[in-house]
Amino acid sequence: MSSLRHVGTSPPRPEGGDKVGGRARYIHDITVPGMLHGAIRYSDHAHARIRRIDTSRAEALPGVRAVITAFNTPEIIIGFMGDNPVLKKDKVRQFRDELAAVAAEDAETARAAAELIEVEYEPLPGVFSVEEALAEGAPLIHETDRRGKPLSSNRLPLIFGHDSGDLAAGETAAAFVAEGSFSTPLIQQSCMGTAGALAEFDSNGNLTITAKTQIPFLAQRDFTKAMASLGLKGCSVRVVVPTLGGGFGTGLDTHVYEYISILLAWRTGKPVRVLYNREQEFAYLSPRQSTESRVRQGCDKQGRLTFRSVEVVQDNGAYASWGATYPSVMLLPTTSLYRVPAVRFRSDIVYTNNTYCQAMRGYGNPEVTLGIESTLDELAELSGIDPLEIRRINCNQPGEVTPMGLKVGTCGLAECLDRAGERSAWSEKRGQGRATSRGIGISSLIHVGGGGKIYRSDGSGIILKLDDYGVVHVNYGGVEMGQGLHSAISLMVADGLGVKPSSVIVNQTDTATCPWDVGTHASRGAFMAGNAALKACAKLRARLFEWAPRVYGDLVAENIKRARRRDGDFDPGFTEELLAKLTPGQFELLDGELFPHGETGLPPLEDAPWLKVDLGRFLRAVHFPRAGGAGTVFTEEAFYEPATELPDWEKGYGNMSASYTYGCQAIEVEVDQETGQVTVLKLVSALDVGRVLNPQTLKGQVYGGIAQGLGYALYEEVKTEGGRVLNPGFTDYKLPTASEMAFPIELEFVETDDASGPFGAKGVGEPGLVPTAPAMANAIQDAIGVRIRDLPITPEKILDALAARDGA
Amino acid sequence: MNRVTFTLNGRSTVAVVDPHKRLIDLLRDTLGETGTKEGCGEGECGACTVLVDGRAVNSCLYPAPEVEGREVLTIEGLADSRGKGLSPLQQAFLDNGGTQCGFCTPGMVMAAVDLLRRNEHPTRADIQTALTGNLCRCTGYVQIFESIEAAASATNGGES
Ligand code: FES
Ligand code: FES
Repeated sequence: MSSLRHVGTSPPRPEGGDKVGGRARYIHDITVPGMLHGAIRYSDHAHARIRRIDTSRAEALPGVRAVITAFNTPEIIIGFMGDNPVLKKDKVRQFRDELAAVAAEDAETARAAAELIEVEYEPLPGVFSVEEALAEGAPLIHETDRRGKPLSSNRLPLIFGHDSGDLAAGETAAAFVAEGSFSTPLIQQSCMGTAGALAEFDSNGNLTITAKTQIPFLAQRDFTKAMASLGLKGCSVRVVVPTLGGGFGTGLDTHVYEYISILLAWRTGKPVRVLYNREQEFAYLSPRQSTESRVRQGCDKQGRLTFRSVEVVQDNGAYASWGATYPSVMLLPTTSLYRVPAVRFRSDIVYTNNTYCQAMRGYGNPEVTLGIESTLDELAELSGIDPLEIRRINCNQPGEVTPMGLKVGTCGLAECLDRAGERSAWSEKRGQGRATSRGIGISSLIHVGGGGKIYRSDGSGIILKLDDYGVVHVNYGGVEMGQGLHSAISLMVADGLGVKPSSVIVNQTDTATCPWDVGTHASRGAFMAGNAALKACAKLRARLFEWAPRVYGDLVAENIKRARRRDGDFDPGFTEELLAKLTPGQFELLDGELFPHGETGLPPLEDAPWLKVDLGRFLRAVHFPRAGGAGTVFTEEAFYEPATELPDWEKGYGNMSASYTYGCQAIEVEVDQETGQVTVLKLVSALDVGRVLNPQTLKGQVYGGIAQGLGYALYEEVKTEGGRVLNPGFTDYKLPTASEMAFPIELEFVETDDASGPFGAKGVGEPGLVPTAPAMANAIQDAIGVRIRDLPITPEKILDALAARDGA
Repeated sequence: MNRVTFTLNGRSTVAVVDPHKRLIDLLRDTLGETGTKEGCGEGECGACTVLVDGRAVNSCLYPAPEVEGREVLTIEGLADSRGKGLSPLQQAFLDNGGTQCGFCTPGMVMAAVDLLRRNEHPTRADIQTALTGNLCRCTGYVQIFESIEAAASATNGGES
């Protein structure tokens, strides 16, 4: 590996020019000749039997090319639980259930035709909350499992649990105990670029689908299964990823609309694109799950935690996406945020007739960090220990193994707490409370920083191909969705190989050209890509240096000849025989220039610039040897699989990541006790990132995470009634705007240089939003003496809590 | 169908458009200028911001036939097409991390053009007010503010 010349700097992101220039191509911008437009007909009921679907009026509409339903199309069932038929036949289980779809010559005709489809239902009673779903005699949402075995409950058969240490002893040892019930809302990921897919078949039955996905290879696997239902077993599926207008977890599953584009393309023999508009995205795209949790923990007189118990119930909605497995990540903060000797975790994932949910950034982590960090503040109050101090007392330490078996390598939490305390003027601001209505709160976080093993492989492949001009073309299966992956890759390849970042081109993600990657989730993109790239760079350098002695002497001789032409008296100061003696180990490549290094007897590079050979020139000389004989080209691949464990979920045990990212946020607020309005005065974030790869994109990730955390804490909630989304648009669903993000934010980065990370880096994609809501709840408590345990913390909830406090 | 004649990014343009179409449809679907983005279609997100006769409008709310005789400026028209084809303001967004997924970016940049034409030296608060109608889910806005400030100080007004 060469030196850190580019890692740690902020050149413009490679794909950024196209974005600011309006040239980047999102799924909405891609059309192909002959393309048809797809539209979907959704259910009019949250729970009902389907009596009859009449498509005749839709079929008769001019411009309509195909109308599909479960009755004229092969069955495809999706979801890792196998519970979600693409087109519903027997019954609908949520308002967004897909009954039929249309392909038409233009989008308006497709939409109009979808509306002309007549459906007769036999309505069934629905369940719209976890309580209703688990009540005795509740209607079953799924009567059978995927194998047809009758089910007796709306509980998903997914067990995530944990028991470690002696909980009873922990209770006994506790001098203080805090306990509370917390709830977190359904929220929309709200990618500014809405969802869509474009499917097309070639004459051999091979499918190409351009899809807004974060998991091109798992999607390829899912779609390949679907091909068998279409009689296309053995045909290939190619997944191409366009520029993504945000991801945030929405691309971690394959979606019904994607299969519908495939079915319509298959039926019509034409390319078919299905797009969501904003209203559809709110109503028909899976949001983040809502949860209810009960958190109880205790500490001794010195503030040391003695036990913790977390129980979570999540409203999964009608079908299971990977998002059903949020508890897999809830285990992290539950078992491993601070040192706790005895831990218990239970989770219940429940089907309801609400919209089904999926992944979102943080994936279960903010849901339980809220309760853990809120009750920790209560323990601080009970024990009379300052909240920052109680966090220091229980702080995780480098090298520890947590109750979940997480091997914490580096851990910068202590330093993060120190820096956040300092930058936020904690000791001066804390506890001013009631008199000023101002307060300050803090919350820490842990998240996976070295991938997250939730699948049999957590690996990533990469291919580096050098062209004849010294440009490195990178084929990587992970997805750039705005987070800065391509920037990170270009910097790491530049330093890993020894070229300039501008000579690194990261190609479009495409399953046909990129090697397998499990997906861009779990904050793993840059960590995996970097580790894979460094392996490939090492191979590439070894091969380049192996070839170097064969042509290098001639190339330098040409340099010298050229210098002589300019200056007749030119004397290189060494004999050319020295060049012929160079061995592969005596070469170095830096910023695209090849030169000898070490004990070669040659003059130092500063005095002898003619020793430098441009990489492109070298590559051409090797490719087309002057002396005749066979030349070569340089392409290397590598596959990186971190040494991690797929946890035993029932026991909640296993070292799922190669490193862990720790950090904290301190928030200062002012609360208007008349209106309940919260104004953020300042936010300080401190994060152990291992190593800063690109300061600018890193800051961008954290700022963006904080804005999402702010929305989660104060504003955002998808409201539903009887399973119907009531606020499907930005008018009634409040995202933080530029006006809400008007407070000063200070970012601190702690570099712990983790041995597992590329250049020491850890994953940082998700942490930004994890501690914001609990820090906010803690700050509000400090300001006005009331604790809100129910997100979002709206002015109404604050006023109600104040009224309750004063009435009591 | 209506025939509309207008100036698009400095070029005189004639198009035939359904009278109930919106300006964004005219730009994206009829003329293939896909730089302008649709984030909501209801005037809430600003992704579709373009300038009509020098004023920022949401092209998703603007009836296409109304551009008759007017001048429309979109993200594609900010810089000439030579070289990298970025205006100083676009370059400032690129250099200062003002774009992540990029979907809000054309609208953000156009809103910033509008602001900087009205106010050569905006304060942070001016920028925040001017961008309140432009949603971004990725950046948390901070580096967008910094981009606009950099453009304003570098070019003494930062006009496109
Ligand atoms: S698309 Fe026009 S304001 Fe959102
Ligand atoms: S950069 Fe993604 S929405 Fe603004």
